[in-house]
Amino acid sequence: MTKMKVEEQEKARTKARMSGSLMLIEALKEEKVEVIFGYPGGAVLPLYDELYKAGVFHVLTRHEQGAIHAAEGYARISGKPGVVIATSGPGATNIVTGLTDAMMDSLPLVVFTGQVATSVIGSDAFQEADVVGITMPITKHNYQVRDISELPRIIKEAFHIATTGRPGPVLIDIPKDITTAEGEFDYDQEVHLPGYQPTTQPNHWQIRRLVEAVSQSKRPVILAGAGVLHANASNELRQYAEQQNIPVIHTLLGLGGFPADHPLFLGMAGMHGTYTANMALCECDLLINIGARFDDRVTGNLKYFAPKATVAHIDIDPAEIGKNVPTKIPIVSDAKAALQELIAQQGKPADTAAWLKQLDEWKRRFPLHYEPEAGTIKPQKLIEMIYEMTNGEAIVTTDVGQHQMWAAQYYKFNRPHRWVTSGGLGTMGFGLPAAIGAQLADRSATVVSIVGDGGFQMTLQELSVIQELGLPIKIVIVNNQALGMVRQWQELFYDKRYSHSLIPNQPDFVKLAEAYGMLGLRAKTEAEAAEVLKQAFAMDGPVLLDFHVRADENVYPMVAPGKGLHEMVGVKACEESSR
Amino acid sequence: MRRIITMTVNNRPGVLNRITGLFTKRHYNIESITVGHTEIEGVSRMTFVVNVDDERTAEQIIKQLNKQIDVLKVNDITDQAIVARELALIKVAAPPAVRQEIYTLIEPFRASIVDVSKDSLVIQVTGEPEKVEALIELLRPYGIKEVARTGTTAFTRGAQKATTNQKTVFII
Repeated sequence: MTKMKVEEQEKARTKARMSGSLMLIEALKEEKVEVIFGYPGGAVLPLYDELYKAGVFHVLTRHEQGAIHAAEGYARISGKPGVVIATSGPGATNIVTGLTDAMMDSLPLVVFTGQVATSVIGSDAFQEADVVGITMPITKHNYQVRDISELPRIIKEAFHIATTGRPGPVLIDIPKDITTAEGEFDYDQEVHLPGYQPTTQPNHWQIRRLVEAVSQSKRPVILAGAGVLHANASNELRQYAEQQNIPVIHTLLGLGGFPADHPLFLGMAGMHGTYTANMALCECDLLINIGARFDDRVTGNLKYFAPKATVAHIDIDPAEIGKNVPTKIPIVSDAKAALQELIAQQGKPADTAAWLKQLDEWKRRFPLHYEPEAGTIKPQKLIEMIYEMTNGEAIVTTDVGQHQMWAAQYYKFNRPHRWVTSGGLGTMGFGLPAAIGAQLADRSATVVSIVGDGGFQMTLQELSVIQELGLPIKIVIVNNQALGMVRQWQELFYDKRYSHSLIPNQPDFVKLAEAYGMLGLRAKTEAEAAEVLKQAFAMDGPVLLDFHVRADENVYPMVAPGKGLHEMVGVKACEESSR
Repeated sequence: MRRIITMTVNNRPGVLNRITGLFTKRHYNIESITVGHTEIEGVSRMTFVVNVDDERTAEQIIKQLNKQIDVLKVNDITDQAIVARELALIKVAAPPAVRQEIYTLIEPFRASIVDVSKDSLVIQVTGEPEKVEALIELLRPYGIKEVARTGTTAFTRGAQKATTNQKTVFII
């Protein structure tokens, strides 16, 4: 009886007539959205009025870019779609970077933008912008609602598209009059998208081919990307690698998918990857790519990439297979489904004893390396100190550049979903707002936002949000008074002509922290660094740490642009030092 | 290499923009596009002729188009038995002295005169692009004033031969 009654009530609610704004709120409830990141404005006033009444948890960032990066951080950690609201015109154009970032790194977002009323669309009205046109190439899909009757269906489709197949951002542009128009809210409908049917289960024949290839291979290697994380397939990856004795390399975005302290782990590949990972890619006879897209920063010059290997590629997006690297064994599938199938096959493991011995030898002789220097702070040492301080358990968010590469190299991720970085787009200003979303997705986690002094200043206004919500984020500024990676490239490839990459007059970040109502600490030597880190991590609230690191430190090893992975530089010193 | 790609799409606002935008973004060159309704309501058909460097690019185009939510089906029909047609309107200078000559000339092309004025004719021709091309070349000496071509629209023939590796050549 009671159950029936509940069902009836439920049905009545989902068929009720209501305004577009209320529909949106109701749909978000149906989708179990916990938090919205947004910024109000004229075109979304009716929507914000409903938000006010509904008491939905909404985080007011101080810039729309902050909102969308926070939503990305939230999505990356929680695995759920990040939800963003921005107003029309400038509100919408301010989220363009975040949409592109989410598109490149396959993060599920559902983004609502306000739009001027349908009656004035196309008249260059106040705060009008062609948002659907602007965001078409940087979203997985986008909509403009033209009639209130479409709204429930569109929202439902948006969540479906954002979270299934290869995840990505979906944008819904809602004219103001639609938010006030009334219609029937029917959310209890099936998603019907004949043009969107992602393949998630592997082709059995291709799996058999891969099993066969593994059994015959002598030097196999797995290159695992973020696809493993999106599919929650870390356990399966580990099980498969152990079952078949295959060593594992990660892409930048894949870090954490395979435990960094596992004997089969070779490190990150690519431009600033480990010697062992890159040489393994050069020497392998079978390359199994799982959920990575052979980005140019991973492959180096394609002409020299994995020259001896048969390539197998497992990806949920068929367009990634064969895009950059000719692929012998294509497997269109969810990474978890494919790995489960591979494990179940219990194929004859590859005879990798000699190969693993060779790789161990490389790992021993050519580890990541820097010259310690006590009187200053070596950025690599700083990351190691943070790693130790947090027992390797922290969520780490970064921008793009030197600090990002050092974080990727020296923070050893043993667990999945602890690493939030802007990989494909390489967005400065990503790390700080992303940390907000990450912390909201996992309240009990220690969140460290490692940023450069350049990128930090692109979104630093979000310190306000951190302070307001009392999020205990530790913000680590790797301050080299420069746009470090630009400076490094100018040093190496432009004969030290440091064109607009040095910023000697940075503001006083400690005072800035204080202005935002949080503790700021500064360190200029390793000893001071140890001291302030201890102090910061003992505290429950947010702390901003300004580390003046060696400004002329470069990220090594390095594969110069246009070179093959075998041409990496900055390795030799390590060999000498280990002798 | 020249590829003929046909697809069916949801007839939604902006769908053409989505497709052409994708071509721009990925640096694919479009030779021609035709778009029109199909027998199914709400579904449009597009025919693209594109020039690509290699097989891999052709494959990428298909895959990228397939990723679009509003794209229902994509086919590269270049190597199949197909019917490919184009319509062209050709306005040619035609003083009375040469009119008869022009009538005779267009006859084997099954082209027709659709407009006549004091000093010009408008000729309508349909067929494979090569045929249209040939007629234009023949008319050129008379003085072409204007040409409007629709671009190729195409689909596969009802019956496919067992081996259709070679493109079947149809005269008309």
